[in-house]
Amino acid sequence: MSAFVDEDTRVVVQGITGGEGQFHAEQMIEYGTNVVAGAVPGKGGQDVAGVPVYDTVAGAVREADADASVVFVPPAFAADALYEALDTDLDLVVAITEGVPTQDMAGVKRRLGETDTALVGPNCPGVITPGEAKLGILPGTIFSEGRVGLVSRSGTLTYQIVDSMTQRGVGQTTAVGIGGDPVIGTSFVDALDRFEADPETEVVVMCGEIGGEDEERAARHVAESVDTPVVGFVAGRTAPPGKRMGHAGAIVSGSGAGTAASKIEALENAGVPVGDTPEAVVETVSDLL
Amino acid sequence: MKLHEYQAKEVFADAGVVVPDSRLATTADEAVAAVEAVGLPAAIKAQVHVGGRGKAGGIELVHTPDEARETAARILGMELKGYTVDRVLVEAAVEFVDELYVGVTMDRSRGQPVVMASTRGGVNIEAVAAEEPEAIAREHVDPAYGLHPYQARKAVYDAGVDRDVARDAAGVLRTLYGVWDERDGSDAEINPLMVTEDREVVAADAVLNVDDDALFRQPDLAELADEAAADDLEARANEYGFDYVRLDGSVGIVGNGAGLVMTTLDLVDHYGGAPANFLDIGGGAKAERVSNALDLVFADDNVDSVAFNIFGGITRGDEVARGINEALSGFERVPKPVVVRLAGTNAAEGMAILNDDLVTVEETLEGAVKRAVAAAAEVAE
Repeated sequence: MSAFVDEDTRVVVQGITGGEGQFHAEQMIEYGTNVVAGAVPGKGGQDVAGVPVYDTVAGAVREADADASVVFVPPAFAADALYEALDTDLDLVVAITEGVPTQDMAGVKRRLGETDTALVGPNCPGVITPGEAKLGILPGTIFSEGRVGLVSRSGTLTYQIVDSMTQRGVGQTTAVGIGGDPVIGTSFVDALDRFEADPETEVVVMCGEIGGEDEERAARHVAESVDTPVVGFVAGRTAPPGKRMGHAGAIVSGSGAGTAASKIEALENAGVPVGDTPEAVVETVSDLL
Repeated sequence: MKLHEYQAKEVFADAGVVVPDSRLATTADEAVAAVEAVGLPAAIKAQVHVGGRGKAGGIELVHTPDEARETAARILGMELKGYTVDRVLVEAAVEFVDELYVGVTMDRSRGQPVVMASTRGGVNIEAVAAEEPEAIAREHVDPAYGLHPYQARKAVYDAGVDRDVARDAAGVLRTLYGVWDERDGSDAEINPLMVTEDREVVAADAVLNVDDDALFRQPDLAELADEAAADDLEARANEYGFDYVRLDGSVGIVGNGAGLVMTTLDLVDHYGGAPANFLDIGGGAKAERVSNALDLVFADDNVDSVAFNIFGGITRGDEVARGINEALSGFERVPKPVVVRLAGTNAAEGMAILNDDLVTVEETLEGAVKRAVAAAAEVAE
């Protein structure tokens, strides 16, 4: 199995009867993902996107043997959907929903710590292993099979760099978007560990952005316990302090914490080359392969 | 979303925190009536969403009704970091012997709430946190249980708060956590929490910032939203529902997805230009949003050229292209040069639809940014 998912991953889509849920369930199936069920309270017994819908995630696990979930449930109900998923001992839960209240996520993260489940997101594009499976909304066509793992806080920045890699013939083992919210499941450190344990991943690209300290912690982690070469990128060098740059988590505080400069310095001190531009990142990666 | 000091104080006072007697005033006459009601001396405090109001001259102590009138007249209408003051809080001055700090926020790195206490109130607490982190006592809260009373006591004792007010200070911290928790706070702070000669604790200032993503379940707080933005363009962006930040460069930027838009700004800087703004039109952008985005960027007088970069995942290139054509065909002459780069879902269809007479099309992000920077430089000459 690659870093997070593969062609055998059995996926339940929570919120499959909504517009987004149905559209992306179809896209995932078209890509080759093994979507086995949907889960929507009150909609059990229907068929959507060619898969059976259950009233509960537990039903989808029991009847369809699901072991991973993708969540398209609206923000007000997202935390409840995540607790439901975590209570069924799935291997992986990918939360696409944007706009989940931060305090809700603190509760979910607390529960997550008691389980063996990995949570990716929320507010993220998902996870893809090219040629095998995608769990989320990433556009499958730009990815190609290869040896580079990619982890990023931003969806479209991921697409930009992946597209550029693919055009140069540099393929990917897995790409994972961890999301730009203040409180998230899988962190850079968690993703780096997954790539480190994946024998097929030879180089890792890590795309950070301003706000928080996750990049700094990842840099320390790379220095201490990652042997796979890592190439970095940090968005937001020109971001002014005190202004939220789109993502809820992307803000340089008044005291100057969370700047791009601090993250770049931490990464470079850990031996991680940081590209000035997305193209520079792709060049460094090609050189390393 | 930020609440004004007077709004936050009302929320805290309703929860049981002692605050000084105060009145809101929007004219000098109202300010005089207010000091007569709350007594003298009194503080006149600008109510704007700006930090460091005191240093900027937005907070003054007055001792007579005449002084209150003059001071209020001066502060009302003044500009503080781009914001015009349209209301002041007139508040009974508190005689204090000590200034404490109490606060609650989300510790992002742990995904846990954290409560804080310090005896170093009345100053910029972020500076204290940076220089002397040990001067702030912290207790992390398990969201499954909430704040245990002992944790509030521990934070206060660890901070070194005098024993005779520690109990009351811990009570304020518990109340503050309760408000933060119930009202979906992102930050709740009282700085300073004044200790009076009678050994009472009084909230002399109040901060309550609310999680934007939770406003749907805090309707009464959502109503308090004061969209008075630092400038008209930011206000217009709010109306359109865009994530927009105005900067001071000359290359306007429109894109989708926070990380990619930030990267586009950085590239403009990298290739020798200066970004005029951050504008994220979001996922699945339809033609109308695209055309609103262009209107907004054109309306910025500083903008000399526009870099328009969309990487479509959910967003479809052909829809974006139609929006661009639609927005630009309304002009007799396109007001500023626009460089467009589309990639991802239906990008080829989009490129084919784009009207070459109206925009310059580039195939790569770097190419589009370089072209826009060059175009801005040409206009500047």
